[in-house]
Amino acid sequence: MALPAFLDLKGYGHLLIDGALITLSVGVAAMMVALALGILGALARLSGNRFLRGAGATYTTVIRGIPELVLMLLVYYGGTVLLQWLLSLGGAEVRVDINAFMAGTLVVGFVYGAYATEIFRGAFLSVPKGQSEAGQAFGMSNRQVFLRIELPQAWRLAIPGLGNLWLTLLKATSITSVIGVTELARQADLIKAPTHMPFTVFFIACIIYLAMTAVSDLARIRAERWASSGFRRS
Amino acid sequence: MGGFDLTLIWTSLPDLFSGLVVTLQLTVLTVIGGILLSVPLGILRTSPNKFISGPIWAYTYFFRGTPMLIQLFLIYYGLAQFKAVRASGVWFILRDGYWCCLIAFTLNTAAYTIEIVAGALRNVPLGDIEAARALGMSPFAILRRIKFPIALRILFPAYTNEVVFILQSTSLASLVTVMDLTGAARVVIARTFAPYEMFITIGVIYLILTYLTLWGFRGIEGRLYRHLKSHREVVSEVPLLR
Repeated sequence: MALPAFLDLKGYGHLLIDGALITLSVGVAAMMVALALGILGALARLSGNRFLRGAGATYTTVIRGIPELVLMLLVYYGGTVLLQWLLSLGGAEVRVDINAFMAGTLVVGFVYGAYATEIFRGAFLSVPKGQSEAGQAFGMSNRQVFLRIELPQAWRLAIPGLGNLWLTLLKATSITSVIGVTELARQADLIKAPTHMPFTVFFIACIIYLAMTAVSDLARIRAERWASSGFRRS
Repeated sequence: MGGFDLTLIWTSLPDLFSGLVVTLQLTVLTVIGGILLSVPLGILRTSPNKFISGPIWAYTYFFRGTPMLIQLFLIYYGLAQFKAVRASGVWFILRDGYWCCLIAFTLNTAAYTIEIVAGALRNVPLGDIEAARALGMSPFAILRRIKFPIALRILFPAYTNEVVFILQSTSLASLVTVMDLTGAARVVIARTFAPYEMFITIGVIYLILTYLTLWGFRGIEGRLYRHLKSHREVVSEVPLLR
């Protein structure tokens, strides 16, 4: 694929495009993890079980109190040592290599799952209670009430928050560069020396991030409009 | 090796303490720099003149749309590309990781805070401003006596969150050779090869710092709103999304 001249960067420019694609993959995969954890976390925080509530609250409180970078390093390097130690207990002297892409995606997903938990919790609380009661009165099971009444409406209410979450998460994927995921920030870091143009390289990386956030922002506005159709006054 | 080595944590405490001092320094200086930049620029951001508010919008858009990590690298590694910068009198500053962090963090937080300040100023009730005008106050007096005090109460919860964000973001400094809390931990790890002891220890320290900051700001909030009888605490108990 021919790149425009300003993106050529002495022949290294295509690496930034490769990196941007990895950034998007990490972002999308981490967003899936965050959404799943967010729904589970919100259910835990709203459940009648004291231990589940406590676990949900601990998850969000602890994760949000620690920098992403520290969590990333803890899981990647600490995880490697821990696994190696556990395996050595079983007598196996092996070198463990945690897959950086997996570790990075999981950590980003785990961190933003804590924020998603609060978004979904707010959304579930905003679904009028009378509707769930009406569902129960119709003889629906708890599962049916959740899947047919609460979840579809919570999604709608969560969309503005989730749009914002995605924008922040996408930028946060840059932290995965410290454990060697060859996403956009890492690629820029790698080609800054051979090109002798560090400023140009990082600036173009910025432009690529801006393009991704700008497109995401447009999608977010459309999604919000879709989510509020039937509720908007106009 | 194996297990959880408590002695190791104990012996590394002096290193971690000096790192903690650097982290707190970076946080406080960034907060001050951010306020100095964002109050005037936040006011100008609300200007109806597009030639004034436009460039400020472009600045905040750039810094809010890109990762802080890249902004830091752009300054730390990027500026060396220009001969003029290397030859200039400020090169000894721009070569230093610590200063680059201060510059990058300040520019980053200012971008977010400008939008917080501008948003708060726009939400000052129009009736209050009209009343001040009717009393014959000058535009500056209105700004100082009406808009600022009201805007401060509006922006306070969002700004609290921003300070927590700065605190946590200073950990990026360790990537450009600065010996902050994270940097100090990484040095200890290079010596002892005990990553999870160290990262858990500094994780707990960051956790404590985060919640101390939140509680501290809740205390200030209580004072700011003490004349309002029905005030409900608005500074969140946990950090929110930026």
